[in-house]
Amino acid sequence: MTNYLSSEVTRRSGQHVELCYHCHKCTAGCPVVAAMEYGPDGLLRMVLLDQADLILSSQDIWLCAGCLTCAVRCPNDIDIAAVMDSLRQIAVSESYQPGEPDALLFHRLFLGVVQRLGRSHEAAMLGLFKILSHVPLLNDMGAGLGLFLRGKVPLLPGRSGASAEVGDIFQRCK
Amino acid sequence: MNPELKNYTYYPGCSLHSTGLEYGLSTRAVFSHLGLELTELPDWNCCGASSAHALNHKLAYALPARNIALAQKFGRDLVTPCAACFNRMKTTDYALRTNQAQRAEIESIVEFKYTGEIDIRPVLGVLYEDYQPDRIASQVRRPLRGLKVVTYYGCLLVRPPQVTQFDDPDDPKIMAELLQAIGSQVMNWSHATDCCGAGLSLSKSTIVQALVSRLISRAREAGADALVTACPLCQVNLEMRQTERPNMPSFYITELLGLAFGLPQARTWWNKHLVDPRPLLHFLGLAE
Repeated sequence: MTNYLSSEVTRRSGQHVELCYHCHKCTAGCPVVAAMEYGPDGLLRMVLLDQADLILSSQDIWLCAGCLTCAVRCPNDIDIAAVMDSLRQIAVSESYQPGEPDALLFHRLFLGVVQRLGRSHEAAMLGLFKILSHVPLLNDMGAGLGLFLRGKVPLLPGRSGASAEVGDIFQRCK
Repeated sequence: MNPELKNYTYYPGCSLHSTGLEYGLSTRAVFSHLGLELTELPDWNCCGASSAHALNHKLAYALPARNIALAQKFGRDLVTPCAACFNRMKTTDYALRTNQAQRAEIESIVEFKYTGEIDIRPVLGVLYEDYQPDRIASQVRRPLRGLKVVTYYGCLLVRPPQVTQFDDPDDPKIMAELLQAIGSQVMNWSHATDCCGAGLSLSKSTIVQALVSRLISRAREAGADALVTACPLCQVNLEMRQTERPNMPSFYITELLGLAFGLPQARTWWNKHLVDPRPLLHFLGLAE
């Protein structure tokens, strides 16, 4: 029972979704399932039914927090978190509108900063996220200011000799 | 030369230079006090965190692999305090160790030859295995009597267990043993490895508030006055996203060790918290 989507998931994640017999342990243990539309085991079923459009434009694949609870509890050893990673990657490479644009924006900004500096830089990343995301601009200003006043969000990035080599690695991973 | 001195390479990761500042400060202070020498890995890079594995499979392994390549030149174990960095480095090390095809791909992207001679280790593991709780107890100058805590590991120190090879993923014990060695009272609860949602903290804060508030209320039910963590993402998230009053502070394990050892630097760590732990410490007579 393979189709385009399930074989692409297996190619990217090394996981065999067809092993799922829907015991729901992943869904029962998922900390964010209340906010999801289908839930982890529902998504696995939909992969086998080749419902690519529904899955790849869903919020669910972006809400996964990557906590690995599902992967540890699966009696058939399916790393469901790795399946979620592969679904996000397929959604991006096939240019689906992300179900949670802010989650994708966050990942892109984070990697953009790392590509240029070799390391993360919170001030740059958080500033860009606040401007570009749909999260209201004033949300978290108190916490952000609190972190800044405690010297935890340096305005200038630290110096590292890593940036050129890291930039090369990004090129080779395209 | 001191025969007790042990040497490690140290990978602070991005958080310990920013939002987890006091985790880095307290880790260095405690290790130095115990004669465990940390030398920072020169020119280290970001491990890629959740964002690399969410968007780019190759990058998720190549970024940590560059750090492993740098570290293996020094031949010492790599101490990685941040749980997220530890997980990414350990996941990469596991792939390099067990998957030949992936190893060849990663080696070619990063241009190095994997030797497998160094181990990636979390701070808790080094303290527990290389120094051990009974010797930790012998260093205590100010036992943390009256301090009731729950241990909070979060996800990435213990999952997936075949990769992390660390403690019990359902009922972890190491942190509790270290805390008992310094005199604090560890309360039983069932949520040590539940997820706090830190990865979604910025983009979906209402979901994360619900997760954190549940953890805080369960900790309170267990009779704890504070949580103890070993992850900079959990620590900030727990203090920033809790909605109940009064707020509950979240300590790094290394901060409490430093306090119990009587390290003078400890007093410089508390004002870095978003939830000030000083009222609690004053109340228990544990801080000036």
